[in-house]
Amino acid sequence: MTSHLLLLALFAFFVALVFATIAYDAPRLQAAFGVRIFAGFLLAGLALGWLMYPLPL
Amino acid sequence: MPVAVAERASLVSPWVAALLAWLVPGVGHLVLGRRQKGLVFLAAIPTMFAIGLMLSGRVFPFDFSQPLVALAAVAARGVGAPAFLAGWLDLGRGVVTDASYEYGNAFLIVSGLLNMLVALDAFDVASGRK
Repeated sequence: MTSHLLLLALFAFFVALVFATIAYDAPRLQAAFGVRIFAGFLLAGLALGWLMYPLPL
Repeated sequence: MPVAVAERASLVSPWVAALLAWLVPGVGHLVLGRRQKGLVFLAAIPTMFAIGLMLSGRVFPFDFSQPLVALAAVAARGVGAPAFLAGWLDLGRGVVTDASYEYGNAFLIVSGLLNMLVALDAFDVASGRK
């Protein structure tokens, strides 16, 4: 498995799942927080990927 | 009559809850009556660790001459029994030439760090702070 995006998504999924489960008790709040963390990971990963696109100069 | 969650939490010492949570991910919360959380941790954290092994990651040895290696070793042991089981089964030696090696390391290390957070959470629950 060498798809960077898939591995990033898999990593983000597990981290978001555990963070959301620790942070809240109510399943609705857990789901909302988990989705936000997951989306944040993906967007940050994509943004950093694009920023690093021209490297090495 | 089933023991209420708060009552059960007060019966378990915070140190015992944290130790159980570290040893087997999720068990600390299960003992404290937090079934949903315990099952999520029990499924997610060992799975993440197993994925790290499948991605050719390395469970680093305690080499204190290399501080970053030692930190990675401590972090990966945070997952508890799965790390010791991997050592016993001679897994987690790491294949540095694999494209997924660094990803595997990230999964192994972060699964251990997440389980440390889970153990701290179990400590807080047993202390009545949560």
